[in-house]
Amino acid sequence: MAKVKVLSQYCKCCQLCIEVCPQGGLKVGDKTNARGYNTVVPVNEEKCTGCTLCAIMCPDVAIEVYK
Amino acid sequence: MEKVFGRSKGLSGTPFSFCPGCTHGIIMRLIAEVLEELDIIEETIGVSPVGCSGFCQDFFTCDFVSGAHGRAQAIGNGIKRALPDKIVFTYQGDGDIAGIGTQHAIHTAARGEKITSIMVNNALYGMTGGQMAPTTLKGMKTTTTPYGREVEVYGYPIDLPKIIAALDGAVYVASVSVDTPKNVLQTKKAIKKAFRVQQAGLGFALVSVLSTCPTNWGLSPQESLKWLRENMMPFYAMGELKATEEVKNL
Amino acid sequence: MVKKVLMKGNEIIAQAAIEAGCKLFFGYPITPSTEIIEYLAKHLPKAGGTVLQAEDEIGAISMCYGAAATGARVMTASSSPGISLKQEGLSYCAAAELPVVVVNVNRTGPGLGGLGPMQSDYFQSTKGGGHGDYRLLVLAPSKAQELYDLTMEAFDLADKYRNPVLLLTDGFLGQMMEPVELKPKPASPEFDRSWIVNGAKGRKKRIIASYALSNEVGEAINLHWEAKYKELKEKEQRWEEFYAGDADYLIVSYGTTARIAKSVVLNARRKGIKLGLIRPITLWPFPEKAFLPYKEKIKGAVTVELNTGQMIEDVKLALECKVPVHLYRRLGGMLPTEDEILAFVEKTFCPGLEEV
Repeated sequence: MAKVKVLSQYCKCCQLCIEVCPQGGLKVGDKTNARGYNTVVPVNEEKCTGCTLCAIMCPDVAIEVYK
Repeated sequence: MEKVFGRSKGLSGTPFSFCPGCTHGIIMRLIAEVLEELDIIEETIGVSPVGCSGFCQDFFTCDFVSGAHGRAQAIGNGIKRALPDKIVFTYQGDGDIAGIGTQHAIHTAARGEKITSIMVNNALYGMTGGQMAPTTLKGMKTTTTPYGREVEVYGYPIDLPKIIAALDGAVYVASVSVDTPKNVLQTKKAIKKAFRVQQAGLGFALVSVLSTCPTNWGLSPQESLKWLRENMMPFYAMGELKATEEVKNL
Repeated sequence: MVKKVLMKGNEIIAQAAIEAGCKLFFGYPITPSTEIIEYLAKHLPKAGGTVLQAEDEIGAISMCYGAAATGARVMTASSSPGISLKQEGLSYCAAAELPVVVVNVNRTGPGLGGLGPMQSDYFQSTKGGGHGDYRLLVLAPSKAQELYDLTMEAFDLADKYRNPVLLLTDGFLGQMMEPVELKPKPASPEFDRSWIVNGAKGRKKRIIASYALSNEVGEAINLHWEAKYKELKEKEQRWEEFYAGDADYLIVSYGTTARIAKSVVLNARRKGIKLGLIRPITLWPFPEKAFLPYKEKIKGAVTVELNTGQMIEDVKLALECKVPVHLYRRLGGMLPTEDEILAFVEKTFCPGLEEV
């Protein structure tokens, strides 16, 4: 059981996390943050293994991972 | 559940000012984590350059000094000579450290100044809109080499870490990349070692990190990582270019 | 009373810096200033300080910038071409409000020039030099004792105003030998240290910087600097008067040429010419106040300078162009003699005197 949390105020929607996630666990969401970026949100949350690859590649330190 | 990954105490809450997908942010995160893990946030004074990374003083929780373009290492030397017990690092783009500030890079290394320099190489001047840098690859298009870097006119790119590694005062020189999770972890190891070299007072340490500039390269963040891998990594000497015996024994 | 010793001008500056608690010196050799770094290399480490010969002048002033940011007392010294290289750093030091003491042993120019004395860097010293609307506090000693006293005080002034202080001497003052009393430095007041960077232990992080990307912030910072420069203008104008009280004519001269001008005043007085001298000690702020009592009273003034007329502009402004102001100058490392200056004064102000 693991979980990712996107800190939407930091997210710039570069989507590197989406590309790197082996489980297809992230997608571009519908909501826009204060700086005008559509932010990434978790999907298929039950598949998350907490591997942290998304957080490692996030250039904006916008992802927290819980295990 | 326990948090296994989050924002380091070395980072302030200020969001990075970089374009989406720019890997400056990964490198800054790694530095912040290293400062926290070595428990030196309160002992450290960072020196920022001019360019995209010129705002890095806003992103860390340690003290920071910002100066003129290319002078970060000279400023850092001044700080370290005044406060030899503190930790001093410079964060500089390739234009800053290998172009306008080359003389300081050479002599900081030659003197074995006990500071840590992080060089971020994206092969062009990002802040001013993508002009040729000393690191721009042969044939690479920039706004000042619109037909590609012609070596007959502009000469060849500089691989600064190789030059620095040849100097006796430099005890640790590494060239790394943040294009994959594995390489990001490798980069963190190199940065950590560069700070530990300083803690041990062994001499000058340089970590050069290959980084992307999706905006000025005209590529998506993902394509940029691929471009870096296929074009920059084959040209620049990668890995630990120098580690003295003392450094290896750390 | 401390016994007087015979010392070279540059060495006096270096010794004064040690006495003032200068802990770091970053420099690069250049004639005729080199004795400063040589003397300090020998003596500053014994006083617990550090001397580093930098890769170049730009490196040296940038090291000063870094060291000053930690609150340490720091100095650099050079001569004209080297001072040109330091202009970038001086602009940044002024903007980041860092207390750095800089010595310029003015040699001839432009270009590489020669090794003799000139006052050709007056504009560069007082009107900017680097980019941006900043001012340096500029001190112009004229004799050995002043080299010592003003160098020591330069550190206090730099700390007090958080501003770079430039000590402007020349190839003559730097190389001459003269007796000096190496007095212990009077105690410094406590200076505000709440801005220095030394590691954010138990406090919020601090940033030393000079950028302002928004125009509103940019204007606010410039207004802050302007207020400081106004305060300096109000409080720090310094000058010496010599037979000025009843003078019909004034010589205005600083540094090396002021030494010669003093003899000219005495010689003129012997001839019955009521000549006086105003010797600016601060070149910025220029001692405008010195001229207030005289601008309605005197019949004319002459600046004696080692350039083609730089300080004369400030003298004309200070005298509001109420009286004629003339220039007597020698160039390229040459010094004027007392006789030739007096002859110029007589010819300019008292034509026909020779015939009497």
